[in-house]
Amino acid sequence: MFTPTYIAQQIINGVNLGSMYALIAIGLTMVYGLLRLINFAHGDLLMLGAYLGLLLVSATLTPLILTLFIPMLAIGFVGILVERLAYRPLRGAPEVTMLITSLAVSSIIENSMVMTVTAQPRAFNLPAGVNQLHTVAGVSFSTLDALTVGLSVALMTALTFYVRNTRTGIAMRAAAENLRAARLMGIDINRVVMIAFFLGSMLAAAAGWLWAAKYSTVEPFMGFLPGLKAFVAAVIGGIGVIPGAVLGGYLLGFAEIFFVGFLPPAFSGYRDAFVFALLLLILLIRPNGILGTSTEERA
Amino acid sequence: MSRTMAGVSRVKINGTTRNLLIGCAYVALLAALLWLAQNTLNNYYLRILAVIGINIILTVSLNLTNGFAGDFSLGIAAFMSIGAYTAALLSLPVAMKTASFPGLPVWLQTTSIPFLPATIAGGIMAAAAAVIVGIPVLRLRGHYLAVATLGLMVIVRVVANNWQDVTRGARGINGIPPLSNIWWTFGWAVLTIYVVWMVVHSPYGRAMIGIREDWLAAQARGVNVLRTRLLAFTLSAFFAGVAGSLYAHLITAITPSSFSFVITFNIVVMLVVGGMGSITGSVIGAVLLTLLPEGLRQVETALATGGTPLYGLSQIIIALLAALVMIFRRQGLFGGREIRLPGMVER
Repeated sequence: MFTPTYIAQQIINGVNLGSMYALIAIGLTMVYGLLRLINFAHGDLLMLGAYLGLLLVSATLTPLILTLFIPMLAIGFVGILVERLAYRPLRGAPEVTMLITSLAVSSIIENSMVMTVTAQPRAFNLPAGVNQLHTVAGVSFSTLDALTVGLSVALMTALTFYVRNTRTGIAMRAAAENLRAARLMGIDINRVVMIAFFLGSMLAAAAGWLWAAKYSTVEPFMGFLPGLKAFVAAVIGGIGVIPGAVLGGYLLGFAEIFFVGFLPPAFSGYRDAFVFALLLLILLIRPNGILGTSTEERA
Repeated sequence: MSRTMAGVSRVKINGTTRNLLIGCAYVALLAALLWLAQNTLNNYYLRILAVIGINIILTVSLNLTNGFAGDFSLGIAAFMSIGAYTAALLSLPVAMKTASFPGLPVWLQTTSIPFLPATIAGGIMAAAAAVIVGIPVLRLRGHYLAVATLGLMVIVRVVANNWQDVTRGARGINGIPPLSNIWWTFGWAVLTIYVVWMVVHSPYGRAMIGIREDWLAAQARGVNVLRTRLLAFTLSAFFAGVAGSLYAHLITAITPSSFSFVITFNIVVMLVVGGMGSITGSVIGAVLLTLLPEGLRQVETALATGGTPLYGLSQIIIALLAALVMIFRRQGLFGGREIRLPGMVER
């Protein structure tokens, strides 16, 4: 039953799903690292990216890749706007006030979409060529799958380079390690946070486009579950650490696909429950995640 | 020496008796108001009133976790759902169970218990779920609880959708006896307020506030942080389960999607508008924010463009209210203060 081709197929599906989780988790983990904020509005930026993508795809914009890049850029700026309007006035406030505000922002974005484009799901159909299936040695994947993985890896490589080697990137890592000390060293925290929101939202929009293309549908609440699961991925990898988000994203993608693929079909309905059961397990045995370091608090 | 002792104890007894009498007077006053409402209001308004009672239970009990212990739970919908399903399965008439639930375990199929014990059972099941989630999560700092409780909501929904024999999956349970009314919901609301007030003014409550203000200092003072946080979380889950049962027996039909994130969010807004850490604030927040959407719903319908109401508007206004309160008046209406009526325990 579990032939090598079947296993290879599951691995491809896992890489595919994991790429999307990784893209979403990066934005969550960057913001958490800097502000200790679980940004519940992150999934909604994913949704906005998907809708904007749909708009451009329906307008048959060519080349197709522009329907992906334009939303990325636009949602990046939406991310900056959200930070400026909702989160910056709360800098220095207790963590919980920002958490509540992010819930409110999420609700405002979702319901604005309900009000303007209705809650009715819409079809997200790409030109026929993109969903064409290729079969290599019995394992099949579509052009979209290849695009998903290729684009994710490219974006994540670029981000890693940026964070490792540029001045702003280094400032960002310093601020994530210790915000106060970084400020004392003359780092402009507002700028670093703004750039983190821009980059994170951009990646979320990319994930939203890919997600909508994969499941061929968009609706105003589509960002909720991916956003929440990506946070689980970030926790698995070690929250606040960008490579951790990537690792956690892929691990969660594999775990979810394998759960469905290798267990009896009766279990597959419990797929989402499994993800959050996994979160509880991780928090029980390794709360700092795989790449996270223990930060013992001292008085 | 012995005379002073006797004197002190006599004063204390008198004080307690006095408080008891005043407490009875409040309850009698509330009963009179409810009786008046029962006899003057139509069913639509009585239903809103019953929902107000439920929302008071939810907001006041959530205050224990989110307001006093300084955690951030988003588990309302999950705990309500657990309480609702448990209580509904226990209170359904046997005849209906044999017809609609052929796969139910025999002992459950052949029993049907009254509303009160069924509701308590619903609360206990919700509390049990809180313990399972709480033990791994509440040891940690940071707001993992927010995500873990949202995860619990997803788990509960997935189980309710898939456990066909017991929950009937997406079809849900209908024909739940309509036992809930303003007397039950306000009766439970009074009990919730009493219990939360007593806990907050007990050494446990002091420990909760200590953890909220400075967890390291509280731990250094010998407060058992995990146990105290777990107590707050479990107790608040119990009452959310109770509220779920009251809600199920009010609307008489539940499905896995009856208890969505919108309910959780609205209760959180009631809490923050009233002011986290204030029980009176919670009560007033719950009343205001139950009435507000009812009014806004009329506006949504009135603004109907081309026949479809402007759905989403009321939810946007509620969310906007939450964001504005957070930015401009973080402490909410009451900011941790209470309206103290004579006869309430002070310490």
